[in-house]
Amino acid sequence: MKKLVPVWAKWPRPDPWLLAALVLLMAMGLVVLYSASGGNTDVVARQGVRLGVGLLGLLVISQVPPHILRIWTPWLFAIGIALLLATWFFGTGRATSRWLDLGVFRFQPSEVMKLAVPMMMAWYLHPRRLPPDFGVVLVCLVILAVPAVLIARQPDLGTALLVAISGVFALFLSGLRWRVIFGFAGAAVAAAPALWMVMKDYQRQRVLTFLDPESDPLGSGWNIIQSKIAVGSGGVFGKGWLNGTQSRLEFIPERHTDFILAVLSEEFGLVGVLALFAVYLFIVGRCLYIATMANSTYARLLAGSLGLTFFVYVLVNAGMVSGLLPVVGVPLPLISYGGTSIVTLLAGFGILMSMHAHRNFLR
Amino acid sequence: MNLRLPKKKPQRRFLKDHFQEAQQFRLRALAAFLLVAAALLVLVARFLYLQVVEHDELATRSVNNRVHVMPVAPNRGLVYDRRGRLVAENRPAYRLQIVPEKVDDLEATIEAIGQIMELPEDALERFQESRRRYRDFDSVPLKFNLEESEVARFAVDRHRFDGVEVVSYLSRHYPHGELLTHVLGYVGRLDMDDLDRLEKAGEGGNYRGTTHIGKVGIERFYEARLHGSSGLEKVETNVQGRRLKVLERSDPVHGTDLVLSLDVAVQRAAWDALGDRPGAVVAIDPNDGSVIAMVSKPAYDPNLFVHGISAADYQAILNAPGRPLFNRCLLGGYEPGSTIKPYLGLAGLEMGVIDEQHEVFSTGFFRLPNVSRPYRDWKRGGHGKVNIYGALEQSVNTYFYQLALDLGIDRMHDYLALFGFGSRTGLDLRGESPGLLPSREWKRGRFGTPWYPGETVIAGIGQGFNVVTPLQLASAAATLANGGVRREPRLLYASKRPGDPHAVREEAPVVLQLPVDDPANWDIVREGMRLVVHGARGTARAIAPESGLQIAGKSGTAQVAAQELDEDMDEDTAQHLRHHALFVAFAPADEPTIAVATVVEHGGGGSVEAAPVSRAVIEAWLAQGARP
Repeated sequence: MKKLVPVWAKWPRPDPWLLAALVLLMAMGLVVLYSASGGNTDVVARQGVRLGVGLLGLLVISQVPPHILRIWTPWLFAIGIALLLATWFFGTGRATSRWLDLGVFRFQPSEVMKLAVPMMMAWYLHPRRLPPDFGVVLVCLVILAVPAVLIARQPDLGTALLVAISGVFALFLSGLRWRVIFGFAGAAVAAAPALWMVMKDYQRQRVLTFLDPESDPLGSGWNIIQSKIAVGSGGVFGKGWLNGTQSRLEFIPERHTDFILAVLSEEFGLVGVLALFAVYLFIVGRCLYIATMANSTYARLLAGSLGLTFFVYVLVNAGMVSGLLPVVGVPLPLISYGGTSIVTLLAGFGILMSMHAHRNFLR
Repeated sequence: MNLRLPKKKPQRRFLKDHFQEAQQFRLRALAAFLLVAAALLVLVARFLYLQVVEHDELATRSVNNRVHVMPVAPNRGLVYDRRGRLVAENRPAYRLQIVPEKVDDLEATIEAIGQIMELPEDALERFQESRRRYRDFDSVPLKFNLEESEVARFAVDRHRFDGVEVVSYLSRHYPHGELLTHVLGYVGRLDMDDLDRLEKAGEGGNYRGTTHIGKVGIERFYEARLHGSSGLEKVETNVQGRRLKVLERSDPVHGTDLVLSLDVAVQRAAWDALGDRPGAVVAIDPNDGSVIAMVSKPAYDPNLFVHGISAADYQAILNAPGRPLFNRCLLGGYEPGSTIKPYLGLAGLEMGVIDEQHEVFSTGFFRLPNVSRPYRDWKRGGHGKVNIYGALEQSVNTYFYQLALDLGIDRMHDYLALFGFGSRTGLDLRGESPGLLPSREWKRGRFGTPWYPGETVIAGIGQGFNVVTPLQLASAAATLANGGVRREPRLLYASKRPGDPHAVREEAPVVLQLPVDDPANWDIVREGMRLVVHGARGTARAIAPESGLQIAGKSGTAQVAAQELDEDMDEDTAQHLRHHALFVAFAPADEPTIAVATVVEHGGGGSVEAAPVSRAVIEAWLAQGARP
C-alpha cells in the first residue's frame, strides 16, 4: 500500500462499467415487473427498495479488500454448512426444509452456499500450485460435494447443482487439465441414469413434462406451453409494453418471478430479448475481465466463477422459459421479483467490485 | 503448461509462478467467455425459432387462449292458448355449472357440492355424459333449477369451489301441469340422441348454448320455431375463464311465440268432466280445423321432466294405473261402434242405396241366409219400423246391418276413407296412429282369407276389424258438421316471430273436399244425429240441454272382450272388461262451431258415460262466446 496518499483521494472505486450495466439491468427489470404484476406499483416499489438496498450492500462489500474476504472465507463456509445442517433439524417451509427462521427474518442457507462454495474453492486453491494435481482436485470435489449433497436432500436439486457448478467453474478456471475435464464430463453423462434413480417423483415428472409438455397440457405441461406461447406470440417486436395478453390475462404462471422473461419476450419481442442478452453478455464479459485483471489467485478464481455462475442462472432461466430446459426454480438474475436472490447476487457483485477496486493494491 | 518441479518435495513448499498462472487464467477466462457466447447463441437461436419461425402458430394459440366464442342461447318461444293464456313460459332460474378442466378432483368436488345441495345419486355419471358435448373449458351444467336456499348456501361456500359457478338462465315451466301434457309435451335436457339428430340436421352449432330441447308434443313438433337461432359472443377471458370484456356480439334470434288453438277453459271442462276415468276428449272447430281441446287421461306433470326426472318419480309414472304416458287421443285405438253409423247412413244416401223414406223392420234379430248366428239389436224385441232418422236416433243395428250388406264392404271402405278413417289425420303432433279401416285387400294381405259377408254386417255397426282414434272421430265429425271439408286438424293457431307486432294466423290445410251429391243428404244425417239428443227416443236424450242449445251426436260402444251384444252389462262385470263408452257430437246443430269426440274407457254405454262429457265440453266452448 502506498502510504502517503490520503484515503479519500484514492478510495477503492467500484467498476463504473459493471455498475452501469447492473443498474441498466435493474431498470429493465422494474419496467417489465410493472407490467408483469399488472401495474402494481407496490410490487415495483418493494423491488426497487430491495435493489437499492442491495446496491448499497454491493458498495459496502466493494470496500472490503479481497485478502480480508479470503481470511473470512473458511468461517463463512463453516457457518454455511452449519446452517444447512440446522435446516435438517429446524427447517421450515411448506414442502421442503429450505428455509431457516431466525425470528427476525427467514432465509435459505443454500443462498449462503452460492457464495461460500466458490469462495472456499478459491481459498483452497489460492496457495496451491496450479493447475491442481490429483489430490487437490479430490479435496476440491469434497468441498463442493458436501454442501451440494446437503442442499440436494432438502430437497432442492436445482440449487444443489448451481452451487456445485460454481465450484466446478473455480476448478475449471484454475487450469484443470482438459482431459480431466472431459473425463468428468463423460462420467457425469454415464451417471445420468443413477441421477434418475435418486430423483424424487416430482422431479422426474418435471423432466418428463419437459420432454413432452403436450402430454399434460393443463397440468404439469401448462407452464412450459403457456410460456412458449407467450414468447412466440411476441414475435420480433413484441406486443408492446403492458399489452401482453398472456401475462395480463394471467396465462403465464409465476409471471413476475421465474417466468418474467416470458413477459419481456411477449411485450418486447425478439428485440427486447436480444437487448437483455446483450446486457447479460456484457456483464459476464466484464466479470471475466475483472477476474483477469485481479492480482491474486483467490481473487481471480472467485471473480471468474461468480461471473460464470451468474451467467448459468441466465442460461437456465432462459432455457426454462423457452422450453429448452426443464422447469427448475431459478429466477432471472436481477429481473425476477424476489429478495433472496437479489441479496446473494449483489453481494457477489460486491465481491467482484472489491476485486476491481483493489486490483492495484499489492499484497 | 506443466511446470517441471521436483516431485518429491512436500506440497506446502513450492514456488507459485504468478505470471504463468495469470497467463493460464487468461486463457481459461477466454475459453469460458467463448463457451458463454456459444451458449448464448443457442439461446438466441431458440428465441429466434420461437419468435420468428413459430410466431404465427404461437400467436394464434395466444389468441385462442384468451378469445372464446361463446354461444348466446336464444330465449325459447312462449306458448299461449287461443285466448292468450300462457301455457308454456320461461322462468328465471339458477343452474350450477362446472368447468371440468379447472377442477382438480371432479369426483370430490361433486361430492362436496352434494353436501350443500341435493344431487341425484348418478350426478357424476350424468355430468360425464353431458360433458362430452361441450368443448374444453366450457361450463357444463350439473344441476338445474336451484332452490334459492341452495344458491345462498353455495354463495357462502363459493371460495371452496374453483371452476364451479351458479348462473341464471330461463327455465321452461308449464303452469297448467298435467292438464296440457299430452298436447304441449315438455322440454328436457339435450341428450346424445338429440345431439346426433341435430348434427345430422346441421343444427349442432345452433344448439351449442342450448341445454334443453323439446322431447314430445308441441315442444318437439315445433322445436325449430320455438328454439330460434343462437347468437355468438366473442369474449376475452382470463386464465380462470372469467369474462373480461365482450369483443364482438351477434344477438340471438329468439324463438317464435306460438298461439295454440286450444282453449284452456274448454280443456279444463273436458278434464273435469272425465273425472277419474281414463279416457280421451278431442274437440275441433269444424270451420277451420283448429283443435279446441285435446285431453288424454290420466296424464302426468310435465314439469317433472324439465330438470331431469328422478328415477323414483319416473317409476311412479310408469307404474301408475291407466298408463299416464300413453296419449289416447293420438294412439288409443278403439272400435268405433255405433259412432260409425252416421257416415254409413250418409254413404247410403249419397250412393242412392237408401233414401229418406227407406224403412227397415227391426225385430231384434238380423239373420244372414244360411248363417245360424243371429245379429242382434241392442233392444230386446227390436225397434219396429224405422227410417234413417229413427235408425240414427235409436241406433238401430238392424237398419245398418241391412245397409252394410247393400253397400258392400268395398263401398263402405271407400266412403269411410273419405272421412279420414284408416289414415293419419295430419295433426301437428308426432306419433299419430292411422287406426284401421278394413277392406278386402287388407284382409287378404293380413290374414290370407277372403272377406266374409258376416264381417260386412258387423262392420255396419262399427265392429270387427275397425279401429279409430279419438282424433279421427273428432276430425270426421268436424267434416260431417261442415258439409264435407276435411282439414288437417291443427293445434297451432297463430305464431308471432320476435319483432313482429302481431301474431300471424296459421291456417289448417284442407286435405280433401268431399264429393257432395246432394247437400240434403247431409242435412238428413245431421238431423238424425240431432234427434239422438233431442228426439223422444234419442239414445242420448238425457243430455239435452234445457237452454235450448241444439246438439247433434251419436253414441257408441266399443267392445273390450268378445261378448254377445245382448248380454247386459251388469255392475258385477269387472271394470277392465267393461266396454268403452264413445260419443261424437257437434253443436250448435244448425251451425256447428265445435265437434267433439269422447271416449271413456271401460265406461259402459256411450250415451250414459261419454255423452255428458261431450256436453260439458260443448257448453264450456259456447259459454266463451264468439270465436276470437
